[in-house]
Amino acid sequence: MTTTLAAADGSFRLDADVFDYTIVAIYFAVVLGIGFLARRQVSTSIDFFLSGRSLPAWVTGLAFIAANLGAVEIMGMSANGAQYGMATVHYFWIGAVPAMLFLGVVMMPFYYGSGVRSVPEFMRRRFGTGAHLVNALSFSVAQLLIAGINLFLLATIVNRLLGWPLWVSLVVAAAVVLSYTALGGLSAAIYNEVLQFFVIVAALVPLTIIALHKVGGWQGVVDKVQPGPEQLSSWPGTDLTGIDNPFWSVVGLVLGLGFVLSFGYWTTNFVEVQRAMASSSMSAARRAPIIGAFPKMFIPFVVIIPGIIAAIVVPELAALKSGGDAQGVTYNDAILLLMRDLLPNGMLGVALAGLLASFMAGMAANISAFNTVFSYDLWQQYVVKDREDGYYLKVGRIATVGATVVAIGTALIASNYDNLMDYLQTLFGFFNAPLFATFILGMFWKRMTPTAGWSGLVAGTGAAVLVAVLSEDALGPASIGVIGLSGQGASFVAAGAAFAVDILVSVAVTLVTAPKPEKELVGLVYSLTPKADLVDPDEGALPWYQSPVKLAGIGLVLVVVLNVIFR
Amino acid sequence: MSEKHTAGAFDVRTLIGGLLGVYGLILTGLGLFRATEAELARGDGLNINLWAGIGMLVVSAAFLTWVRLRPLVVPAEPTSSPADGTSDGS
Repeated sequence: MTTTLAAADGSFRLDADVFDYTIVAIYFAVVLGIGFLARRQVSTSIDFFLSGRSLPAWVTGLAFIAANLGAVEIMGMSANGAQYGMATVHYFWIGAVPAMLFLGVVMMPFYYGSGVRSVPEFMRRRFGTGAHLVNALSFSVAQLLIAGINLFLLATIVNRLLGWPLWVSLVVAAAVVLSYTALGGLSAAIYNEVLQFFVIVAALVPLTIIALHKVGGWQGVVDKVQPGPEQLSSWPGTDLTGIDNPFWSVVGLVLGLGFVLSFGYWTTNFVEVQRAMASSSMSAARRAPIIGAFPKMFIPFVVIIPGIIAAIVVPELAALKSGGDAQGVTYNDAILLLMRDLLPNGMLGVALAGLLASFMAGMAANISAFNTVFSYDLWQQYVVKDREDGYYLKVGRIATVGATVVAIGTALIASNYDNLMDYLQTLFGFFNAPLFATFILGMFWKRMTPTAGWSGLVAGTGAAVLVAVLSEDALGPASIGVIGLSGQGASFVAAGAAFAVDILVSVAVTLVTAPKPEKELVGLVYSLTPKADLVDPDEGALPWYQSPVKLAGIGLVLVVVLNVIFR
Repeated sequence: MSEKHTAGAFDVRTLIGGLLGVYGLILTGLGLFRATEAELARGDGLNINLWAGIGMLVVSAAFLTWVRLRPLVVPAEPTSSPADGTSDGS
């Protein structure tokens, strides 16, 4: 997934007026207000890091997807929509929804039921410190990097809007995110994410409506989309994957994106799982990702479709797509250009607030997940053990400040070398693919040993990096082009290799090393955990709309229907 | 403080309803009284401020009604969780 945005070179500016500024200012006032209000509720580290495990499922469910609705999603997916058309929906319907449902139905009982405070902590209890350290470190570094990318995009909008120099925009934007995450911890981040979700929707829905109106409705899109209506069918997605053979393109999408990459991301990424862990009960925790899956199914309609229309109605983008003079714009500018061309003052302010909301949600999510893993999994585990709870709360607040400062640095690097950031993101994606293999094997195979845990991860990640290096362009100049794969296709194959190698190495190593004693694995491995510990006692009595499994079934049917309609 | 109280302004639903309500009022006002021909022409005559404003007012009203009908009750003191309820951090 790519997230570059042309640097803030002032190539175009949005003409905001006093009403737009007022709307944006009101939004910032509410965001900061939530930070101060949430602070009153924080008295222990569990309050700060996991919201006291007290939130209802619809709140954690919306936060679950809002945390992911950052810059990558809005800018990147509308850019993909402008460039590749409807095939971009695979990132949602294949690449997210099934994994979210799986997380809620199969994996969340282990995360929530075992009482761990983070995904790396689960790793430590199941496999010991080897796998834990690999996981906690790679996760922390990746979060700082992605927080920087979100911050860079946030500052770019401020720069376009107010004309402030990029570094001033960076510091101000960082200060706002820092103030509410450091004050109110995860509660402030989650409440803001839920609010952000609605502001983002309030921004994107009218933008989509006016764009559809402008282009002459859906029929207008069908008639005018370039290079032709095949842009509106999602399968087999050969443009998106870069795999010419339709059959292998479908295999790449289903296995590479749909299975390995997406399951790796959604089921083991603590940024997401942390939101569900803040739920008030086991069934609420399981419902969080499942409830989140429903809006997630419909986000493409307000992100990808505006992207497709932008490539029709925005002259610069139309020129870019047909190979003409694009006057310096890139596909990543699609949403901003559409806003510039279509929205009147007022709605423009709401749209800007929505974009700012989205990037803040993304960055705050990265930072709040980082500070938890840093405090519990790195500092408490390896540096200063056995202090009182208040000490770790303090560490968390300091880590938040530190992470924000580092993110400013990453953002400055991103502003100079945006390709580098893309490659680094691809690289960190490779840490996720083998994680899923290790987790799922570890949850269902009690014999799997601690040595197999870390060696599988290392071998799997190594395999992914090797494939990426051998491909034509997955890691940019570092790729040498021995195998003829490029673009997303290379990422899918790399992830698939990581998964397969992880499984093979884990099984082989397990057969020759000693497993953990069974009594240490209760609550962590399926066959050793009493069934009653994996569900709420009253689960059977819940109505259908509160039952995780039934809701997930409805979600699965819906996503299949959507795929059939937009095939 | 009493043992239980409603979350009041801190109920996230109130915040959502309030913010969308304010935005709805601003946009509806702009759409009614300040829509210029040039602005309307950009969207081929669709008064998006007006319609989006009305939409936000409806959603806002729905949230505020939900809060009225099902107020959120929270315990004044954090309920001690069985795992580490004794840590007070002070």
